[in-house]
Amino acid sequence: MLWLGVLYLGSLAALFITSLWTVDAFGGNIERIWNLDNYRDLFTIDVYRTITARTILTAVAVTVIDALLAFPIALYMAKVASPRLQRALVIAVLTPLWASYLVKAYAWRGMFASGGPLDDLGLSPGYGLVATVVTLSYLWLPYMILPMYAGLERLPDSLLEASADLGATTRTTMRRVVLPVLFPAAVAGSIFTFSLTLGDYIAVEIVGGANQMLGNVVYDSFLTGNNLPFAAAVATIPVVVMLAYLGAVRRTGALDSL
Amino acid sequence: MSFSRATRGVLLALTGLVLLFIHVPLALVVLNSFNVSRTFEWPPPGYTTKWWSAAVDSAGARNAIVVSVEVALVATAIALVLGTMAALALQRFRFFGRDTVSLLIILPIALPGVVTGIALANAFLTMFGIELGMLTLVVSHATFCIVTVFNNAIARLRRLGGNLEEASMDLGAGTFRTFWSVTLPMMRSALLAGALLSFALSFDEIIVTTFTAGQGIQTLPIWIYQNLFRPNQAPVVNVVAAALIVLSIIPIWLSQKLAGTDESVAAAR
Repeated sequence: MLWLGVLYLGSLAALFITSLWTVDAFGGNIERIWNLDNYRDLFTIDVYRTITARTILTAVAVTVIDALLAFPIALYMAKVASPRLQRALVIAVLTPLWASYLVKAYAWRGMFASGGPLDDLGLSPGYGLVATVVTLSYLWLPYMILPMYAGLERLPDSLLEASADLGATTRTTMRRVVLPVLFPAAVAGSIFTFSLTLGDYIAVEIVGGANQMLGNVVYDSFLTGNNLPFAAAVATIPVVVMLAYLGAVRRTGALDSL
Repeated sequence: MSFSRATRGVLLALTGLVLLFIHVPLALVVLNSFNVSRTFEWPPPGYTTKWWSAAVDSAGARNAIVVSVEVALVATAIALVLGTMAALALQRFRFFGRDTVSLLIILPIALPGVVTGIALANAFLTMFGIELGMLTLVVSHATFCIVTVFNNAIARLRRLGGNLEEASMDLGAGTFRTFWSVTLPMMRSALLAGALLSFALSFDEIIVTTFTAGQGIQTLPIWIYQNLFRPNQAPVVNVVAAALIVLSIIPIWLSQKLAGTDESVAAAR
C-alpha cells in the first residue's frame, strides 16, 4: 500500500513540481526556479497544439474502431456460440493479448511495408497516421472485447427471449436490452484503449512515418533533449485528459467493473 | 436462441473477419521468419530455417532474454507479496480513505505508460538521487505488477467472504496460522493467475523500461526495438518475434489449465 501510495502518487506529484522548473540553457542542469514557462511553450507553440490534437483524435478514433470491432465478436462469443466454440474463441482472442506488444506493432510494419501483403492487394496506406490508427486499434482490441464479453455473459438469455416474445424486433432488442448492458462494459474498455493510445509513442515510431504523438515529445525531451521539466509538463497533458475522462466515466458505474 | 438466423449469420461473418484481423498479422511474422529473402519479399520466394539458427546464435538476443526473465521474476515476486497484502488489508479492514485507496490502485493502469515511466524516472533522479539501473527498473516493474496481483487477489477475496477465516479463528488458530492454512490455499489459483500475468506484463514491457532502466541494461523488448530499424538484423528480429508469438501460447494454456475460462478472462483484465 505504502509502496503505491508513496512511490506512485509521490512520483506524480514530483513530476508536476518538476514541470514548473526550468533547464539551464548552457549546462543542461535543472534549475529549481519556479515558473510556468514550460506550460506557456506548450500552449503557445503551434507544433505542440497540433500534436496534442492529433493524439487525442487518434485516441478517439482507436476507441471507436475498437468498440465497433469488438461488439459483434463479443456478442457472438457470449450469446450465440456453443460452449465449446465459446472456449475456443476466448482463447483465440486472448492469444494476441499475451503476444508481445512490440511483436504486434512489428507485425503491422510487415503488413504495411511497401511490397508487403497489403501493398500487394493495393490496400496499404503506407506508413502514416492511418497505419498508426489501425495498429493501435489492433493492439488494444482485446481490452475492448473482454469487458464487453464479460458484460454480455452476465446478461441472462431469458431477457433476450422475453424481449423477442414480447414482440421486439432484433433491432429493438439490441437497442433496449443489449446496448444498456454493453455501454458500461464499452466504457470500461475505452479507459484502456484511450489511455494506452494517449501515451503510446512506439507504434507511431514503427508504423507512423514522420508523425509524432505526445509520447514522442515526452520521450524526446527526456532522453534526447535532456529537458526533464519540459517532458514533465508534456506528460501532464495525458494525466489531465485521463482524469477528466475518469471523472466523466465514474457516473456510468464502469469503474466498479474494472 | 433468441436471435434470428440472419442476425446470427451476420454476427458469425463479422466474428470471422475480426478473427482474421487479429491473426493474419501474427501469421505473417511467423511465415516471414522462414522467408529466404532478407527484405521479406512478398510473396516469399522460398523458405529456409537459416534465420532461426542465426537467431539462436545471437548473443545480444540471448543476453536480453536472461535480463528480461530476471527482471520479470523479481518484480513478480515483490508484486505477489505486496499485492496480496494490499488486497487483504483492503478487504478485511475498514479504514479511513479506503475508497481513495481503491482509486489509487486503478491509476497505474488507467494512466498511460509514458506517464508512469517519466514520473518514476523523475522521482528516482530528482527526489531520491538514484542512478537509473537494475534497481530502479525492478522497482518500476513491480509497481505496475502489484496492480495485477491485487486485482486478482481482491476479486477472489470478495467472492470468498470471511466466514472460513472466522471459523478458523474461533477454533483457536492465530492470525498467521489462519492465513497459512485457510486463506492462502483458497487464494492460490488467483495468485498464480496474477503472477502469470505480472510476469508476462513485465517481460513484455517497453515504455516504462526505456525510462527507468538507464543505459546499458537491455531487456528483450529493448533489444528488439533497437534492432528493429537495422536492415541487416531484420531476419533475426523477425525470428525472435515469431518465437515470442509461438511462446505466448504457453501462458494461455497454463491459465486455462489453472482456472478455467472465466478466471483467465478476469485475469487478463
